Amino acid sequence: MDKIKESPVTESTDIRIANMDESIALPRSNGELVFEAPWEGRAFGIAVALNEDGQYDWSEFQARLAEEIAEAERTDAPSTYYERWLASLERLVLDKGMITPEEIETRMAEYASGQRNDDWHQH
Amino acid sequence: MSGQHHPEPESYAAIRARAIESLLVEKGLIASDAVDARVQAYEQDIGPLNGARVVAHAWVDPEYRTRLLENGTEAIAEFGYTGAQGAEIVVLGNTPDIQNVVVCTLCSCYPWPVLGLPPTWYKSHAYRARVVIEPRAVLKEFGLELDDVVEVRVWDSNSDIRYMVLPERPSGTEGMTEDQLMALVSRDSMIGVAKAKSPAQVG
Repeated sequence: MDKIKESPVTESTDIRIANMDESIALPRSNGELVFEAPWEGRAFGIAVALNEDGQYDWSEFQARLAEEIAEAERTDAPSTYYERWLASLERLVLDKGMITPEEIETRMAEYASGQRNDDWHQH
Repeated sequence: MSGQHHPEPESYAAIRARAIESLLVEKGLIASDAVDARVQAYEQDIGPLNGARVVAHAWVDPEYRTRLLENGTEAIAEFGYTGAQGAEIVVLGNTPDIQNVVVCTLCSCYPWPVLGLPPTWYKSHAYRARVVIEPRAVLKEFGLELDDVVEVRVWDSNSDIRYMVLPERPSGTEGMTEDQLMALVSRDSMIGVAKAKSPAQVG
């Protein structure tokens, strides 16, 4: 007989996300993840996809996220959870040498000036 | 989440996230559709909040409850939730003696304006085939054991009618506000494979 109810966590990253320490856990409502803007979902998806692809170890991201959150709370920064998440992701991809700070600044400038207008995933 | 485009300009963080993603994609370090897949997998769990709001309102407002059970589509539209691909939404009220359960035996018809995208198991062949034949056994696998006196009614959704279950209001919730009640309404309880949570379960 086929089993119907899959475990709610089916992949290793999911388990790690589910087990994230209370102090850095993802915003949830009714037990489910909440994204307040599409970019938050993208930032979330990038971190998870890179990890699933073996590009980094989840603990490396988690450690940076814990630092970002601790620092923001120490300085009473008004940043949101996903802004901190994004900052952690940026530090990780820079530390790993995946991209350089110059590349990010160049790309930001291209977007700001309208020189570049990628087909951004609108959901 | 129906994903309307937002006309307001992108925030700094949004542009920065976009810059990082586009660079990673360009370098072949990440596949854009892999990000899509992850976002979608998690986003599908956001939708049920609309349904939870409808249920919580029906629990506190008997007149709304009556309207909801008489004409689900119209009562749900009072919250601005519309667009079930032209289908009617019929709301089924659970009672102490009746447990309603929703399935789509043919495919995966689902009241998505209130419940978001269906969970994977809802689309599985096992659920679609078995819940009709042995609903009690299936509900038991979801952790829902019913007394023998409770009648289980299985409703098969289709392209014209989408069903949603109105779970019973849990006991011990008399003093709770609508917002507090919403937290008790899980997606599974609106498909009918679970009861609404008790206040103790959500802490």
